Amino acid sequence: MELKMFLLVSGLLVGSLVALGGASGSPAQGCTDNKGDGIAKNSHGTAKNENGTAKNANGTAKKSFPVLSLDYENVRLPFEISLWVLMASLMKLGFHLIPRLSSIVPESCLLIVVGLLVGGLIKLVGEVPPVLESKIFFFYLLPPIILDAGYFLPIRQFTENLGTILMFAVVGTLWNAFFVGGLLYGVCQLKSADLPDVNLLSCLLFGSILSAVDPVAVLAVFEEIHINELLHILVFGESLLNDAVTVVLYHLFEEFSSANTITATDVFLGVVCFLVVSLGGIVVGAIYGLLAAFTSRFTSHTRVIEPLFVFVYSYMAYLSAEVFHLSGIMALIACGAVMRPYVEANISHKSHTTIKYFLKMWSSVSDTLIFIFLGVSTVAGPHEWNWIFVGATLFFCLVARVLGVIGLTFVINKFRIVKLTSKDQFIIAYGGLRGAIAFSLVYLLKCEHFPRKNMFLTAIITVIFFTVFVQGMTIRPLVDLLAVKKKQETKRSINEEIHTQFLDHLLTGIEDICGHYGHHHWKDKLNRFNKKYVKKCLIAGERSKEPQLIAFYHKMEMKQAIELVESGGGSKLPSAMPSTVSMQNIQPKRSSQERALPQLSKAREEEIRKILRTNLQKTRQRLHSYNRHTLIADPYEDGWNEMLIRRKKMKDLEKKMKNYLTVPAPPSDSPSIARARLTSDPQGRGLKSATKIIPSIKVDLVSPQNPESFNVEDEFRQKGSQPKESKEEDGGLTMKVPSSEKQKKDKTPDEEPQQRLMRCLSDPGPAAEEEEEDDPFLP
Amino acid sequence: MGLEQNYVSLEQISLLHNRFKQLSQNEETLRRDDLKTIQDLESNPIRSQIIEAFFDSRNFQKDGVGSVEEIGFEEFLTVMSYFRAPPQHITEEQREKIRRSKLRFLFNMHDTDNDGTITLEEYRHVVEELLSRSGALGRETAKGIADAAMLEVASISVGPMAPDDFYEGITFEHFLKILNGVEIETNMHIRFLNMDATVLCK
Repeated sequence: MELKMFLLVSGLLVGSLVALGGASGSPAQGCTDNKGDGIAKNSHGTAKNENGTAKNANGTAKKSFPVLSLDYENVRLPFEISLWVLMASLMKLGFHLIPRLSSIVPESCLLIVVGLLVGGLIKLVGEVPPVLESKIFFFYLLPPIILDAGYFLPIRQFTENLGTILMFAVVGTLWNAFFVGGLLYGVCQLKSADLPDVNLLSCLLFGSILSAVDPVAVLAVFEEIHINELLHILVFGESLLNDAVTVVLYHLFEEFSSANTITATDVFLGVVCFLVVSLGGIVVGAIYGLLAAFTSRFTSHTRVIEPLFVFVYSYMAYLSAEVFHLSGIMALIACGAVMRPYVEANISHKSHTTIKYFLKMWSSVSDTLIFIFLGVSTVAGPHEWNWIFVGATLFFCLVARVLGVIGLTFVINKFRIVKLTSKDQFIIAYGGLRGAIAFSLVYLLKCEHFPRKNMFLTAIITVIFFTVFVQGMTIRPLVDLLAVKKKQETKRSINEEIHTQFLDHLLTGIEDICGHYGHHHWKDKLNRFNKKYVKKCLIAGERSKEPQLIAFYHKMEMKQAIELVESGGGSKLPSAMPSTVSMQNIQPKRSSQERALPQLSKAREEEIRKILRTNLQKTRQRLHSYNRHTLIADPYEDGWNEMLIRRKKMKDLEKKMKNYLTVPAPPSDSPSIARARLTSDPQGRGLKSATKIIPSIKVDLVSPQNPESFNVEDEFRQKGSQPKESKEEDGGLTMKVPSSEKQKKDKTPDEEPQQRLMRCLSDPGPAAEEEEEDDPFLP
Repeated sequence: MGLEQNYVSLEQISLLHNRFKQLSQNEETLRRDDLKTIQDLESNPIRSQIIEAFFDSRNFQKDGVGSVEEIGFEEFLTVMSYFRAPPQHITEEQREKIRRSKLRFLFNMHDTDNDGTITLEEYRHVVEELLSRSGALGRETAKGIADAAMLEVASISVGPMAPDDFYEGITFEHFLKILNGVEIETNMHIRFLNMDATVLCK
């Protein structure tokens, strides 16, 4: 069975090899599948044959040893798949190089056009172009996109608008399906259409496939227009949740088309089925999500495979849901959304980055391939063009969408605080794009039950093209024309975070005083349950007790520490924390011995130190032998030279600042620019008094890695890569008291950011101001 | 009654009146202890501040100052009306007014000594209260978070400051500025009070 599919698929991909002109035999599309199998078997036979002849050759005559031989059959399948992926990615690359193209035409349109061209090319050569096989689509191309969407779903907005989204997804899709299906049946009955054999059920089935807004297309178009979050989540959420409706209607009508009679029981069962499909999908997803969260609790020793768990559990959730014909998309969304808060608390920072980038990469590639294949399939597939049917489909589709949105908004606005304006309604209606899911579903239809399958295919391709091209291209100027609110690019500040939390608690309190159990009350109860029981199970170590505000704050700190290191501790100022104000500006004038540092837990400190260590010791890392099981990251390999240059600039800047220091100013002055960058400025007054102590104490951060740091210096000496001084100073590292001025100049480059960060992060110890004072500041 | 922008309907008034009677045990006035008896409020980290807000005469819209020991139904209703959602068809000016009054309420909750600014100490207190249920970790980090937040406000509101300048505290205008992103007029509401305005309260 698998072999057959394998060969079938390999036959399909033959079309891409225009140059190599492979063997014949892609399965014919349309309604005759037998030929395909036969031809596929044939190619397998020829492969065997070749082996036979090879053996023969060796046996009979003594041929010379084949130095170079061509054995394409062996690698056909992976080769062709890679070729397609490569071509898709190159296309994507190309679009962004052409200057103004990507701002006028959305990427999805360009990709479809490319698909059309490729398909046309293949056809010209005489091969049969491959079609977007439904199995490939549903099992390999769709899941990454949905997982990407589900994992990064903005939960807060989603739950706030859940009622609206569900209304649009369920009621809206039902309305669309029946409206379009019913009217199409009416049209088919017309004499002029000449379509007497299309029965009601086929039309309804077609209507239900057509009615679903497609998440892939919506994502592709909406991502480029940067619309405000409310509209984005409404349309996008609708496209995700309507999968359950589509699945149920599809199976329902497919079953009925063979039965030919519908009773009330069937309708009732249909409703039950809908509930089972959607809720079942969510439950399956949630279970796998919790499993993944639980697994991630134990991965502290094998950080490398952490991302794998996220991907595999999610994929399993999707497949498990598909086993029972539940909604795979909802399972995937539930899995991603459920596992995310817990997994992110457990995994390392690098794994988080890996997950993010892998998801984005896969979804991007899938997205590209889907659209290209849509184009190719258009050229390939057998078409049956019927003006009336296709035209009617398109017309009814649009009308149904508009009417549906207007009607539903009217009802929804009665229950919403933030009402949907007519501008919003227009965008929601206009953003109802159809895409590849509809195409694949039609493709899956069996020919015996649906003799008009080709016509359906043509009609659906027309609708898809129309929505993607016309609506996709014009939505951006329309958004600008109507002055629809766009996404705010501001970063979330800590003040907003504090006050959002404060507001949550305040509103819960007011609800309690009112005696009204509103949704704040329940949300609060859920949060408390989560904190008390769930988090303890699923999050490792002491992070399970970390309140959200602190988690947010630590994330911010981490980001800034990384930014600081990335900029080489030098001339570039990270934007997170405006560097114009430092601690002393807000502290009351009395001298406080307290540290203004947050006390990070040991684990977090260790993590931040690790990041700094790895980032600051690049050269050393290169010489480790590469071990597949432990990753020693080396993220800034290319930036080394750049970093050196930056450091030089920074040193020059420091020197300039020193010149302006006439009196031994309080320590927080001169590097205040650099230091105030960090949220917790350690240069409170308190530190000044402690400078009596010999600076060498501050070694804390560096000492555990003392030997390594030292080796970095060794490296420098050997490479002679110091740009400024030829003489390296022994012990120019952080440890010793700066006994001579010269020494300061010869510091190894990574000492200064190290120092700064040391100061800022953990040590209650004094920070000797080595680099800003010319005289040893020992009062 | 000076309730210009915060309308409450008759139905809501009677419901709230019942609740008031229930809390005050059928007396005319409500005391702090009465509010403290509410079970669900126990687990709320900012409980004392919420209760205090009911007894803060700055919130009674009568230009009073200082806190009182007991309140009547009128004041109770006034405080509740801050959590009314803005009606749909209002002008920008009215919307801004509503926004300001709600933010003023929040501001008053933070500015406990009524000097018109939220000082560093007061802000630290706010964050500490928020994290009060998180044990030792909360207490230690609270200071750092409050400091960071204060730094942010100062940077946004005042811009570059010389080393000797001192940022007194968050004034109401600065407060408005930093909370620009949080849509207060729509977020700060209770659904309970979300019915269309029919009548001004008595």
